[in-house]
Amino acid sequence: MNLAVNNQSLFWAAFLVLVALAISLWQKLGLDRDIVIGVLRAIVQLFAVGYLLKYLFRLNNVFLTFAMVAFIIFNAAWNAKKRGAGIANALPISFLAIFVSTGVTLGVLILAGAIRFIPSQIIPISGMIASNSMVAIGLAYRNLNRQFHDQRQGVLERLALGANPLDASIAIVRESIRTGMAPTIDSAKTVGLVSLPGMMSGLIFAGVDPVRAIKYQIMVTFMLLSATSLGSIIACYLAYRSFYNAQLQLK
Amino acid sequence: MSPLMQLRHVGYRTPDKVILTDINWTIPAGAELTVTGPSGSGKSTLLRIMASMISKTSGDLLFAEKPLESYDPIAYRRQVSYCFQQPTLFGETVADNLNFPYQIRRQTPDHDHIVEALTKAGLAADMLDQAVDDLSGGERQRVALIRNILFLPRILLLDEVTAGLDDANKASIHRWLHHLNVDHQLTTIMITHDSAEIHAAPHLVHVTQGRLEVAQ
Ligand SMILES: Nc1ncnc2c1ncn2[C@@H]1O[C@H](COP(=O)(O)OP(=O)(O)OP(=O)(O)O)[C@@H](O)[C@H]1O
Ligand SMILES: [Mg+2]
Repeated sequence: MNLAVNNQSLFWAAFLVLVALAISLWQKLGLDRDIVIGVLRAIVQLFAVGYLLKYLFRLNNVFLTFAMVAFIIFNAAWNAKKRGAGIANALPISFLAIFVSTGVTLGVLILAGAIRFIPSQIIPISGMIASNSMVAIGLAYRNLNRQFHDQRQGVLERLALGANPLDASIAIVRESIRTGMAPTIDSAKTVGLVSLPGMMSGLIFAGVDPVRAIKYQIMVTFMLLSATSLGSIIACYLAYRSFYNAQLQLK
Repeated sequence: MSPLMQLRHVGYRTPDKVILTDINWTIPAGAELTVTGPSGSGKSTLLRIMASMISKTSGDLLFAEKPLESYDPIAYRRQVSYCFQQPTLFGETVADNLNFPYQIRRQTPDHDHIVEALTKAGLAADMLDQAVDDLSGGERQRVALIRNILFLPRILLLDEVTAGLDDANKASIHRWLHHLNVDHQLTTIMITHDSAEIHAAPHLVHVTQGRLEVAQ
């Protein structure tokens, strides 16, 4: 392998941070503090994760692997919840949606033989799936909130005609699922043309034949479609109810 | 004869404002009532409570002698149907709107019945494919009203449904509602600011500063 990043090369590369710092100070952007904190956090977090993963990979213990996946899913749910202000039970809903979307997607990949049941494959793939599901759910929540606000009158009229909450909100629910999935579908259309995504770049970097590397990227495309569609549909179908009270009135 | 709906000491308040106070009102089956009163006096709020779109904060509301709370809200709203002040139509075409009452009952739309309702409302059958954005105010109002009565409720609550229409349109809606009242014993309660409608009202009710007075 031709991988050349080491402590010494990182030290020199850190001068790139000075570029950002200099711009911030020169243009009085007031970002210098955030840049320093951001860089320090990134270094500490990544070193911690690096050593943790090294340890987990060496132990190769099923329970620890699952614990790590659960930890990733919980963090993803926590972040998705932040986008769901005003949605009751956003944390358990997000957790369930990310758990199922990650579990199903991972399960299919393992059954298909695309990845092996070892921590060095399960954990990074889970992270990719969960984070994309998280972003999709966050977008879906934002759209639910916006549409229930903008389309309030239409929802009220459907309710007044005797529609149940799902019939009254189905257009909003569908639009929100679509919003959650849209970025994944868009990036599937442009993958390789606009950007060389992380998975494939990483493998090419590590010296893998590009024709082999793209196969991994194709797998990633498949798995993200499944993850974002499952995550969005579960989250939206569970979340729309929180816009109604017990008398099935719009809050 | 037992009343169809009864309000006893009904009140409604928001955290910082009293909107309705001690409303006592008995609505006999088959009544044709008109409600009027100054803007902001609480007329729409009163009808929304009766339609279970919002919940009263005090008092009792009985429908067919049972408390509102004892009904499934969805079944109740199919019996006590509210037509909004300035309704919005949904979907793309008139048909989208008129099929909706069937969809929520998991029934296939009854085309003949829909066309019959359109005709009675003075609208042409070929309007079904028309885009809702192209409708005139009067057509829009009538399409919204047809949504409420394709499956006849027991009580129809009409919130200024004729506001902004010309006299011919108003008269045709009145005639139609009166027929429903006579032929199907549909109880109607209509809010209006229109002096001709107030003048012609068989039973008039005033709402003033959140209080109800029955006149005549
Ligand atoms: N959800 C609400 N929160 C706070 N105030 C409200 C709410 N709903 C209604 N109000 C207030 O209650 C009062 C009565 O409103 P309502 O719409 O019932 O009046 P109205 O008699 O129908 O008036 P108009 O003739 O103009 O339609 C108004 O002052 C209105 O601002
Ligand atoms: Mg009003």
